[in-house]
Amino acid sequence: MKNVLPSRPTVAHLTLALLALILFVDHAESRPINPYQAPAPVALGSGQAPTAAHCTAL
Amino acid sequence: MEAVATPSFVSRRTGLLFFAFAIVFATFALAGPRAALLLMTGLGFGLTLEGLRFGFTGPWRQIVTDRDGRGLLAQLLAIGLTALVAFPLLNLHSAELNGAYAPIGIAMVVAAFIFGAAMQLVMGCGSGTLVNAGSGNLISLLALIGFIAGSFFGTLHLPWWASLGSLPVYTMQGLFGSLGGLVLSLLGLAGVAALVCWRALPGKRVPDRRLWWAAGLIALLAVLNLMIAGQSWGVVYGLGLWGAKVTQAVGVDLSSNVFWGAPAHAERLQQSILTDATSLTNLGLIAGAFIVMRWRSEPGGQVAALAPKSWAVILLAGVVLGYSARVAFGCNVGAYFSGISTGSLHGWAWFVAAFAGSIVGIRLRPALLIPAAGQGEKS
Repeated sequence: MKNVLPSRPTVAHLTLALLALILFVDHAESRPINPYQAPAPVALGSGQAPTAAHCTAL
Repeated sequence: MEAVATPSFVSRRTGLLFFAFAIVFATFALAGPRAALLLMTGLGFGLTLEGLRFGFTGPWRQIVTDRDGRGLLAQLLAIGLTALVAFPLLNLHSAELNGAYAPIGIAMVVAAFIFGAAMQLVMGCGSGTLVNAGSGNLISLLALIGFIAGSFFGTLHLPWWASLGSLPVYTMQGLFGSLGGLVLSLLGLAGVAALVCWRALPGKRVPDRRLWWAAGLIALLAVLNLMIAGQSWGVVYGLGLWGAKVTQAVGVDLSSNVFWGAPAHAERLQQSILTDATSLTNLGLIAGAFIVMRWRSEPGGQVAALAPKSWAVILLAGVVLGYSARVAFGCNVGAYFSGISTGSLHGWAWFVAAFAGSIVGIRLRPALLIPAAGQGEKS
């Protein structure tokens, strides 16, 4: 029987569209990014304490 | 299958290279060099996981059903290689780098068990769901939507779950010192590898070259992630943040929630996801998997159609996957891979509980994932 589901490329493009939607919502909901406050390119050796959030965060 | 270099095929690959360059450049221009480096790291994860077919869920199933230990051994190798570098880095740069440390608790262990079962139903873990969705797997796209929702729902109740009872945060370094912790972690991984070899059939005990390469590359990327972000590779936090953003966009005020009202998370909620480490690697991971799928001359077939109620099971399992990962302080990436490789004892507890749950999930699959009428058994 022929598989009636959309092809892999179609679904992959839908996934990218979902990401684009999330980025659009994020853009509308977030403060503008200030590039002058961007962290050092690499945390190691920056002398800055880590501030990012992780899955282990409570 | 050998690629056929037709003009459209070449132009598609050129387009994919341009796509990769464009998203990295745009991220650099919008959010700075660290964001661009993290997106590139995520791209690397996606290219490696999809290109070299390195996964977590499949090997856990294969050691149980087929007595094939090669994929699981490659995972253990990748974790061990990462630990070899991560332990000294964390010891020498504790002011700049954080391991994936979390407490072992009642809810954490139960949630890891449930996550293990759910990941066998959707045939993808944290990273696997992202990779598979990026490469066009319809089950995984549906599961990803559920995963995002579930991760967010999990944040709403996480403090309550954590209050049910948990130990302090124990690390191998804290218990045995940096060197002792590393040695014991490697011995622990070797012990699990010995069990896997004992269980696996002859001929299914030595990973092939592809898996060796994949393990090395995943370890390299995990170390780069730690050095760039200052924290270990993770997946779930970013997905929960995406869910919170969408919830906020429809008018729900999250400031009174215990989790999202905490200063660190409130700050994340106000800032762009392009400044969030796990979001950036998640985005890169999906994009990397997409590039690999489109790079191939043949994208491969779609999953077999399921009965309508099984699609509902997939969506629900995705929600459960996200919720349980949040309560368990991470998925196969944040808890199992990063937890063990940076010395968190909760990573080991997560592994044992999730593997037990995975066995249950394997047994549930035939009952819950029913092929559509006229379709064969789903792969």
